Amino acid sequence: MSAVQPLSVTEPKAPVRRRRSLAPLEPVSARARWMLGLAFFVVFVAVWAFFTLGGFVSPTFLASPITMAKEGWLLFTEYGFIKDIGMTIWRVVGGFVLAAVIAVPLGIAMGAYKGIEAFFEPFISFCRYLPASAFIPLLILWAGIGEAQKILVIFIGSVFQITLMVAVTVGGARRDLVEAAYTLGAGHKGIVTRVLIPGAAPEIAETLRLVLGWAWTYVIVAELIGSSSGIGHMITDSQALLNTGQIIFGIIVIGLIGLVSDSFFKFVNRRLFAWSFVR
Amino acid sequence: MSSVSIQAVSRVFETAKGQRTQALQPVDFEVRDNDFVTILGPSGCGKSTLLRIVAGLDHATSGRVLLDGAPVEGPGAERGMVFQSYTLFPWLTIEQNIRFGLRERGMPEAQQKERAAYFIAKVGLRGFEQHFPKQLSGGMQQRTAIARALANDPKILLMDEPFGALDNQTRVLMQELLLGIWEAERKTVLFVTHDIDEAIFMANRVAVFSARPGRIKTELAVDLPHPRHYTIKTSPEFMDLKARLTEEIRAESMAADLH
Repeated sequence: MSAVQPLSVTEPKAPVRRRRSLAPLEPVSARARWMLGLAFFVVFVAVWAFFTLGGFVSPTFLASPITMAKEGWLLFTEYGFIKDIGMTIWRVVGGFVLAAVIAVPLGIAMGAYKGIEAFFEPFISFCRYLPASAFIPLLILWAGIGEAQKILVIFIGSVFQITLMVAVTVGGARRDLVEAAYTLGAGHKGIVTRVLIPGAAPEIAETLRLVLGWAWTYVIVAELIGSSSGIGHMITDSQALLNTGQIIFGIIVIGLIGLVSDSFFKFVNRRLFAWSFVR
Repeated sequence: MSSVSIQAVSRVFETAKGQRTQALQPVDFEVRDNDFVTILGPSGCGKSTLLRIVAGLDHATSGRVLLDGAPVEGPGAERGMVFQSYTLFPWLTIEQNIRFGLRERGMPEAQQKERAAYFIAKVGLRGFEQHFPKQLSGGMQQRTAIARALANDPKILLMDEPFGALDNQTRVLMQELLLGIWEAERKTVLFVTHDIDEAIFMANRVAVFSARPGRIKTELAVDLPHPRHYTIKTSPEFMDLKARLTEEIRAESMAADLH
């Protein structure tokens, strides 16, 4: 008797043909990606249409896709919705750019110099957990219901997040590259400008893309309260009129703008930081 | 070119809990002008620590390092270094990597380019100037790293197992390439390795390190003639040296294993 049981020997079977595309981590073609992505939208709209047009849901609470499209058309032709979209984009971009201009340099300084990090990090970590939307009542008191208040909400929502994420990225620079730069004669300033910043740049850009997405959620909240223009304002108005078609259309427009700005950011990043996408 | 004097350099590492580990016992060593010295020792014996102290990337617990009589205080361009890990800047092209140190010292751009082109040719990377490091093989990346260090015209070239991550065939080719450059330029080189063949083939002098805590146990002159060809590795003189060093290293590796 042997101590080790032999593995059961079976007759060699004809090799099973498996669809490679179903194997884990196996990539699918670009065409298939598009088709699959689109397919889900189609399924989504179909289910929505089935329940609304089939009369399973009251039209008071949920408009059908057709009503929504009609309402959307009316928004543009009758209610000057394009101006609302413009206002909202302006607020997001304004608040976001303001936040980035302050947060990126501060984050780099924190990542590079541990003393600066020790000074700011605890306070900023604390601020990061303060919900931007909770500041709205306070900001209305301080800044009124004008543009400054909207932009400040975006700013508060973005600035701490960007600062911390940039600091972590810069602080995580490869030490061996820093050492190599020192042995090539770089000074402290050279390390920051020629190693830390270029090395962190692609991830900083990626951080900005991510936070811009969050900024969109803040702006709508800011516009829901005390506003006379913008997509969020349109949504509150429509709620008062029980116009669910307009509400859904507004939400979809936000999603589309987000998708476009995200793709744009991705495209620019790929162009600017080709090296980090090499293989 | 210049000489390095290592005087009673020791290093004790201290952990956060206050535990002390002696990595280096006091080491005295001279690297003369135009010397090619290899430091041979088992893994973890502290030979890389010594090299990092010479580079100024680590500090000695006691003792000092002199370069041409002046004490080393920190890292600097006059001590070029090639690391075992791939340390090319991934966001710069091969040519820009080689120009990094030149740009840092404010050399005019035309001159930078001329110098970079010379060293790119020297390490056989013509045609790859505009590639990014990730697009090149490990051997090509290390050749770039050598060119980058040499372009800076350091007084001494420090090499920390630069071919350690390469496959055997590539490593042998890289040894010949580096030796060819050394034979032409006669740089002072301090080269750390755990590969006995490499230590003999490259060096004028081999310093054998003991197991941790490291110290220099033996020094051995290598009087093989230049230019050296890879066939020298089968010559009786080479075999003799190899037999001696193998014995030395074996004793140290066993000692290291017992700890």
